[in-house]
Amino acid sequence: MWKKGLAVAGALLLSVSLAACSSNASGGGSEKDKGLSGTIRIDGSSTVFPISQAVAEEFMKKNPNVNVTVAQSGTGAGFDKWTKQETDLSDASRLIKDEEKEAAKKSGLEPKEFPVAFDGISVVVNKENDFAKTITTKELKKIWEPDSKVKTWKDVRSNWPDKPIKLYGPGTSDGTFDYFTGAIIGEEGKSRTDYTQSEDDNTLVTGVSGDKYALGYFGFSYYEENKDKLNVLKVDNGKGGVAPSFETIKNGTYSPLSRSIYVYADEKTMTENKAIKEFLSFYLKEGKQLVSDVGYVPLTDKDYEKGIALLEDK
Amino acid sequence: MSAEEVVIHHQEGESGSPTLSLVEKRERSHFGFRRWKNRLAHGLFLISTMIGVIVLGALLWNVVKDGWAWVTPTFFNNFASRLPEQAGIKAAFWGTIWVIGLTVPLTFIFGVGTAIYLEEYARKNRFTRFIQLNISNLAGVPSIVFGILGLTLFVRLMGLGKTVLAGSLTMTLLVLPIVIVAAREAISSVPNNLRLASLAMGATQWQTIRRVVLPYSMPGILTGVILALSRAIGETAPLIMIGAVSFIAFTPGYALDAFTVMPIQIYSWVSLPQPAFQHLAAAGILVLLAMLLSMNAFAVFLRNRFSKDK
Repeated sequence: MWKKGLAVAGALLLSVSLAACSSNASGGGSEKDKGLSGTIRIDGSSTVFPISQAVAEEFMKKNPNVNVTVAQSGTGAGFDKWTKQETDLSDASRLIKDEEKEAAKKSGLEPKEFPVAFDGISVVVNKENDFAKTITTKELKKIWEPDSKVKTWKDVRSNWPDKPIKLYGPGTSDGTFDYFTGAIIGEEGKSRTDYTQSEDDNTLVTGVSGDKYALGYFGFSYYEENKDKLNVLKVDNGKGGVAPSFETIKNGTYSPLSRSIYVYADEKTMTENKAIKEFLSFYLKEGKQLVSDVGYVPLTDKDYEKGIALLEDK
Repeated sequence: MSAEEVVIHHQEGESGSPTLSLVEKRERSHFGFRRWKNRLAHGLFLISTMIGVIVLGALLWNVVKDGWAWVTPTFFNNFASRLPEQAGIKAAFWGTIWVIGLTVPLTFIFGVGTAIYLEEYARKNRFTRFIQLNISNLAGVPSIVFGILGLTLFVRLMGLGKTVLAGSLTMTLLVLPIVIVAAREAISSVPNNLRLASLAMGATQWQTIRRVVLPYSMPGILTGVILALSRAIGETAPLIMIGAVSFIAFTPGYALDAFTVMPIQIYSWVSLPQPAFQHLAAAGILVLLAMLLSMNAFAVFLRNRFSKDK
């Protein structure tokens, strides 16, 4: 009886593995040897992930023998894996830090930096909020600095209502958090801590859209997709209020809350694996449309040309 | 409760004479209070039972409402995409089957093996107790820690890379304590007389384990294995840690291929800004639930089979 059970279990295992095998046959790996082949492993920032995924998807349509995988373990973790040469390209929502550069050089990598798009951080309030339209960077600093005394909207600007201000923002491991604190507070990672944090920007959208006296900040694409549920604030850095849009982020007037996001590569790996170079070239030449498809702001043509020049130049 | 009520009614009927003494009155009010307490307990326990059911119902309703329309053949045949209407779970679906398919035999062999050793062979001394304590402690270690262990041990030290095998081994470590504890419980519930009878007939210890102990305890062991696998199938954090990717456009062909799994795909969709991806995530959850339930159903089938054979 026990043997019979074992046979049943064995049959199950066999069928599972057979099914898995057969899936592979249909799933690709056919050896047509024309054009490029190889694998490209990308890891890093979850902010850059949607762009890299879109580019990988299109690139593989053109080069069916290249396998591109994209992971999103975060900018820092991505650089760590890249340095250990477990990945070929590293997505980053900030510039590489000096110590990361050192580590990369120690293991024989020469980081090359390719800006691929802009991302603007939007400061948003509830749809029913009818008093706040513009906010200065000074006021933002007053709200978000560590040990901030701001408890009500009145504390921010005296003619705003005396209602408690509810704050929403990304968690401390997020690249958006690093950038916002760097640009507004003046030092990365410094922020008040008594606000609602979430790594998932959709949670922040839900939070702000359900709370009349809320204020939050997150990536521009999340505002773009939820325009009907949120109001965005114009940010005034002393030269008048500017609202984030594809235009203002691209031409740099939405400052200081717009930033470039990057892909990092290494020259030697690119010479060893031709597919990587082709992929990057595709990224910079044809990625522009894909960038706006997934809700980010493309760079100017000049910026892309600079990247291509850097890629071609040995 | 009903039995008690009958008794109470009976007593009330008896003492229902027009001349109630003081003592009888007091006793009646005492009965009333006890009945009231009983009702209260009944209600409370019913509520706590219903909370679980209601939450599950709400969850299912939510997911089905959002995702049902998206569970189409395209959804199974396409890889992830930036365009929601072209996105599917092919890579994640087969990735999960691969990981679980390798985790099942690994957990079964190591888990049941450990349990047999601890229950049947090991002397009950301080060392054995030390091992047992450690296994129970391991069961409470957060899953991300196993992810870090898997990354250093399997991915880097053993050089397996970010592969299905590394993922399965990490999952095996993660769920092994659950299986061991369950299998030990099942094995120790085998009546000792059966063992003694088998040994008295001249069977060796191994023969006894194989022909008497294991068949008897198999239903319990299978329950443990299935609980463990239900946990493994939903884990995200340790697999992200060891480097399972979010976007991949091929299914694993053998144990050393890169992979992704259902929970990672679902997580990746949930965090995207476009609302359509929330529906895709819901559809993914439905498929994951279906996989989980069919796995459980198969285990129940196996368990009944073993119970009947006995």
